Amino acid sequence: MTGFVLRRIFQSVLVMLAVALIAFIVIRFVGDPLESLASQETRLEDRAVMMQRLGLDRPVVFQFASFVRRGLSGDFGISYKQQEPVTRMIAERLPATLELALASAALALVLGGLLGIHCALKPESPLTHFIMTVSLVGVSLPTFLIGIGLIYLFSVELGWLPSFGRGETVKLGWWTTGLLTLSGWRSIILPAITLSLFQMTLLMRLIRAEMLEVLRQDYIRFARARGLPQSSIHFGHALKNTLVPVITVAGLQLGSVIAFAVVTETVFQWPGVGSLFINSVQSVDVPVMAAYLVFIALLFVVINLIVDILYYAVDPRLRIARGGGET
Amino acid sequence: MAVDINLPAPPSPDRPASTPSGRIRLKLGIVTWLALLLAIGLMLAALFAPLLAPYDPFDPATLDLLDGMMPPMQPSAFTEKTFLFGTDNQGRDVFSSILYGSRVSLTVAFAATFLSLAIGVSAGLVSGYAGGVTDAVIMRVADAQLTFPTILIALLVFGIAQGLVPAAEQESAAVWILIFAIGFSNWPQFARTVRGATLVEKRRDYVAAARLIGVSPARILVTHILPNLAGPVLVIATIGLALAVIEEATLSYLGVGVPPTRPSLGTLIRIGQQFLFSGEWWILAFPAATLVLLALSVNLLGDRLRDALNPRLRDGRR
Repeated sequence: MTGFVLRRIFQSVLVMLAVALIAFIVIRFVGDPLESLASQETRLEDRAVMMQRLGLDRPVVFQFASFVRRGLSGDFGISYKQQEPVTRMIAERLPATLELALASAALALVLGGLLGIHCALKPESPLTHFIMTVSLVGVSLPTFLIGIGLIYLFSVELGWLPSFGRGETVKLGWWTTGLLTLSGWRSIILPAITLSLFQMTLLMRLIRAEMLEVLRQDYIRFARARGLPQSSIHFGHALKNTLVPVITVAGLQLGSVIAFAVVTETVFQWPGVGSLFINSVQSVDVPVMAAYLVFIALLFVVINLIVDILYYAVDPRLRIARGGGET
Repeated sequence: MAVDINLPAPPSPDRPASTPSGRIRLKLGIVTWLALLLAIGLMLAALFAPLLAPYDPFDPATLDLLDGMMPPMQPSAFTEKTFLFGTDNQGRDVFSSILYGSRVSLTVAFAATFLSLAIGVSAGLVSGYAGGVTDAVIMRVADAQLTFPTILIALLVFGIAQGLVPAAEQESAAVWILIFAIGFSNWPQFARTVRGATLVEKRRDYVAAARLIGVSPARILVTHILPNLAGPVLVIATIGLALAVIEEATLSYLGVGVPPTRPSLGTLIRIGQQFLFSGEWWILAFPAATLVLLALSVNLLGDRLRDALNPRLRDGRR
């Protein structure tokens, strides 16, 4: 167990180093870091002094080492555009993105779960055919169009929900939350639905497939033969055994939700990390781009690590299979 | 030479692999035909945009601000022109903009798909045939990239590439950067499929025979194995085309795609959204509908193609 965990942690550190290297190369070689700080009037001597102070005259390997060291202490430099520390910009906007991501993940899990269970238990009902068709159409449509459609229906035509922003927010220490005000709750509904649709379809289809598989097993037939009530067979036996892969996928999808938030945040002008990233891509604000890259990679690596370790702890078969190497 | 095609026999008409009853299949058949007609129609319309478009939306001489915001099919009081899909705030004909916009969208999508096909197929062939360390390295990179959503990869590549281009050339280079970003973000799917199929093919007798008479590995890959992978590659390419259309639209919608002077469908939707609240619905609705039809029809064709050519591919595509 410890060996496996250590090996996985070592792999994760390697991945993070590779990502840090990419981020470093981007910061160092895309655009001139000096050019962004110096103005036209800066004299050549001053430039040399600045270069020395920034450590740009040292060998690249040392520069990378100091980049990693500063990154570990949470320093990703100053945004070219805003002239603010990048880390603070991301920290300010993180609560908005996390609240949106968690709300839509919860929505996807609950609704996707219910629909998936329905489709598995009643595979021939018209409602199931309808859900499956709609879900296919849903995944083939671009997210931003679904968001615009929701805005048109609920904000323009019906006028029920706001179409942009987070509503009123409340400060809890460094965390700003929109979940304590009515306008905050009203504002999060449309973006959360938009963001959750893709994951919802995915989970629904997964739960349906897994549950259909489980329902074919002998122990379900045996449970039926014993005369157990339907609800106990469906939820006590079948659903319980579908949950392990579902939880894995749902966990892994949490990272994707945060990454997908880029599009949703733009549609609804949600002041989160994703819209910060889009702005940085538009204005080629390299430090922000690099920091976002590192942030997302860290998120994915940590989630993958946790899921892997959990899986290993839950499923004893993996402990044997892992010996032979993975594919 | 006896060509050994690695595909199961096409499903016979009375026992299709994908549907339980013939009745539903007939219905699907019509839908497939519709999708095919729609996709081809939209592509032809884009191809012949200069001939079909009633106005040139990029020629300032033909624009009249007095024609701005005209609703569909209503003759203008000033110039007495009628616009099929109405006009935007600058008096541009929405119908013509859509024709030219689909042209940009489809050009980018086709070129990007071709790029990911080229990268992915080469990587997959080499990976599957060489095996060992080469295989491990290529597949690890593909796996790592697949962990992240493609749109994120494309955004990053776009941002970095944009930074490398001098500011003066950014606008003219944007389309190329966009093609590169989308193409690069989609190669792992090709690589995975082609690698899997190559692993199967390379164990077949005809490859052993070719190797015995001294054919070089490169030649075996290109002239012997590659033709047998045409089916799966075509399927991935069709689905990849739909993904590329959506990706291009999303990037342009986010404002990081093509320059506003050459709007694609995504740019048109981005522009149209500004008028969502003021009631000029046609500026948004028609480009959006075009994009939906294009994405849906190509996606559906890819799905049907996959079912028809290779039922084993049905699982594990994402």
